Amino acid sequence: MPRLTDTVAGHAPAIALMGIDKRFGEVRANSNVNLTVASGSVHGIVGENGAGKSTLMSILYGFYEADRGTIHIHGNEVRIRSPKEAIAVGIGMVHQHFMLVEPLSVIDNVMLGAEGGAILAKGEAQMRSALAQLAETYGLVIDPDAIVGDLPVGLQQRVEILKALVRGADILILDEPTAVLTPDEAEQLFVLLRTLAAQGKTVILITHKLNEIMAVTDHVSVMRRGEMVATLTTAETSPAQLADQMVGRHVLLDVSKGPAKLGPVRLSVEHLVIRDAHSSLRVKDVSFDIRAGEILGLAGVAGNGQSELLEALAGIITPTLGSITLDGLDLITLAPTPAERRENGVLHIPEDRQRMGLVPAFSAAESMILGFQSDHAFGTGPLLSTAAIQTHTAKEMDLYDIRPRDASLKTAKFSGGNQQKIVLAREIEHHPKVLLVGQPTRGVDVGAIEFIHKRLIALRDAGVAILLVSVELDEIMSLSDRIIVMCGGVITGERTPETTNDRDLGLLMAGVTERAA
Amino acid sequence: MSTPIELPKWADVSLVPILAVIVAFLVAGLVVLGIGENPVKATVLLIQGALGSGEGIGYTLYYATNFIFTGLAVAIAFHAGLFNIGGEGQATMGGLGAALICLNLDFLPWYIVLPLAILGAMAMGALWAFIPGYLQVKRGSHVVITAIMFNFLAATLVVYLLVNVIGKPGSMSPETRVFAASAHLPYMHEALAYFGIKIPKSPLNFSFVLALLASAFVWITVWHTKLGYAIRTVGHSPTAATYAGISIGRITLITMAMSGALAGMLAVNEILGVQGRLLLEFSSGYGFIGIAVALMGRAHPVGIILASILFGMLYQGGTELSFEMPRVTRDMIVAISGLVILFAGALDGLIRRPVAGVFARFLKSGA
Repeated sequence: MPRLTDTVAGHAPAIALMGIDKRFGEVRANSNVNLTVASGSVHGIVGENGAGKSTLMSILYGFYEADRGTIHIHGNEVRIRSPKEAIAVGIGMVHQHFMLVEPLSVIDNVMLGAEGGAILAKGEAQMRSALAQLAETYGLVIDPDAIVGDLPVGLQQRVEILKALVRGADILILDEPTAVLTPDEAEQLFVLLRTLAAQGKTVILITHKLNEIMAVTDHVSVMRRGEMVATLTTAETSPAQLADQMVGRHVLLDVSKGPAKLGPVRLSVEHLVIRDAHSSLRVKDVSFDIRAGEILGLAGVAGNGQSELLEALAGIITPTLGSITLDGLDLITLAPTPAERRENGVLHIPEDRQRMGLVPAFSAAESMILGFQSDHAFGTGPLLSTAAIQTHTAKEMDLYDIRPRDASLKTAKFSGGNQQKIVLAREIEHHPKVLLVGQPTRGVDVGAIEFIHKRLIALRDAGVAILLVSVELDEIMSLSDRIIVMCGGVITGERTPETTNDRDLGLLMAGVTERAA
Repeated sequence: MSTPIELPKWADVSLVPILAVIVAFLVAGLVVLGIGENPVKATVLLIQGALGSGEGIGYTLYYATNFIFTGLAVAIAFHAGLFNIGGEGQATMGGLGAALICLNLDFLPWYIVLPLAILGAMAMGALWAFIPGYLQVKRGSHVVITAIMFNFLAATLVVYLLVNVIGKPGSMSPETRVFAASAHLPYMHEALAYFGIKIPKSPLNFSFVLALLASAFVWITVWHTKLGYAIRTVGHSPTAATYAGISIGRITLITMAMSGALAGMLAVNEILGVQGRLLLEFSSGYGFIGIAVALMGRAHPVGIILASILFGMLYQGGTELSFEMPRVTRDMIVAISGLVILFAGALDGLIRRPVAGVFARFLKSGA
């Protein structure tokens, strides 16, 4: 509430959010968030994945309605129940994934939904003059008759910005706008954003790249775990301070672990290159080893190649180049499929348990055998014994304290933590040599987090080689024996928990490779 | 719109379909009223025609046999997330498979030729579904599109063969010669008479038993085998299937082949059971109605048997009704079937939403 006074006296702020709460089931995505954005400024919002940035902006743009709290636009309280209402109060949004019709021209795309009547000619003439004017005011020059699909990504983004501006937006939200841009295009975007602000528009920039915040914003707000933890003047802060704020103080969960009893190298990854389905490079020449009895933490902001790396190790996607060896066995040629990796003791707790680790429509017992469905223990010959999988699941449920203890309950009805315990139980009980762990505690309640961490430590002490991929720095710091950091598909640094801190890792995650103090 | 509607299982499998049928009958009743007939009387006549006599029941079950086969075919594909709309073509090819065996081997005793003919029907049906499956796996051609095309291909191929190759020499009608008696599946009234049980004459034949066996087979396969587990995983979550090391392509091929084999068994009822020769268009839309049967039966064999009997009643009772009430033509019966399909399938949400609403309110007040 007192933040309202942050702005210049007499001018109502462009946006004032007060006491915003939003829950999704058990997850509190935003709790009591206050945000004030001065008119005519560029305001950055930073935070780790899942910190609640996107939820907050979705509330502002009318995708969701807040459970509690108020929104003031230029001093007037408004209710925004849909994007249409957001546009009506002057808010425009440029999404990370463009909402453009590629085979149509720029003018067609800009007009879409604002055609101005059944006859196009009149609306089109108006739109052309509006575009010409925007080009003059903001230097937003673009050929209105160019086909959008032919334009480079940077210009496609301009079309999105134009769409918002011609609809009268004077508050522009950009969600990770540079994720798809080359550095050069990003630079041009920043010039445009500064011009827009200078002409009185208000810009909100959501990003996790700290150097962008430093380069273009006037103020920056930091979110962490659904809360707004700080709003700072950019000129008075530093990337290191922001990294501190993003990650928070050492709220280390109480994980007691002894020194690692290192065995021989189990899994060895050399010069791995991975392209995705659109043949863009996701992982660029990555090499590392994991020894028996060691937890190797892989830190990084989501979307920097960790997911692809994990899937390539599990056999789900095939790398373009490089080698993966397990105890000297070349896994890429000799055990290329997920089933063969499993047979060789490479087990996998996937990042996305809803889409990959479990089948939500299956019973808990059926999810408990996913990946091991051909096991002889679960039925002779072609048959699958319901009794056998139910008994097996009941035993695992006791061992891992999965609640409720109902093997025939639909997987989707379990809480996030209990679903994760199903996956954990399944993989651990099949005696991994190497365990690939992706986001083990995402959407998991605190009690289960501790349980999962203890299990992973116990597994490491039993000599399993563990690769832990997590966007939670606390988790990486408290569990890992060694830490590597990825940004943009390359490893930007290797540390040990003793020789690093959250700030240092935060900088590596943001691609700032020179060693912080 | 997109919020999933949770219902207790019993309501999902029984209450919703029953309500769908009742709504369909009410709407059909309005149409009957519109043409100036008494809808209550029409309903009574329809049910009497279907179930009022031993002969009527025989006919009802004979029609139901066809629906069970095509319904199971659609259902098993559903479980793998596939929509097999090619039941017509697969049934037609099944007829060809059965006929080719019978025409060439019906000098053999029944215990050799009949199993071979049944396998022939299944194999040709399986082939006609396998090819669209293969094209989807290898070439990315959507199985719905190719399966529809294959319906036309099957129809024209069989016309060509009946006219030019396997047709009865010297006959004007495009059909084969009648198979020898050894290639004829026994009628139920014949089979039961052998054991001293007398039932009225009807086209109901041994295929009905095969249909029940096929239902049991599908039930066991889908829910109690490792293959069925893989099929359902692919159907619910292809990403989870990939993670679990299940080959989506392999499961697609196997499931399509099984689905086609089941559709091909329609020919066992029609060709081996009743006609005793191959003729044109014996599949007469059963393949398509199989989709509605599978939807209504919630892709579960028990539901499919019940839905098949319902459609069998509509077919048989409808025929009787059009005798008794000439103004209610065969087309009216097709319209009523259409309404059942509409309410049970396409407009499922129309019924489900209010039912779910009532349940939600009930649960809230109960808690």
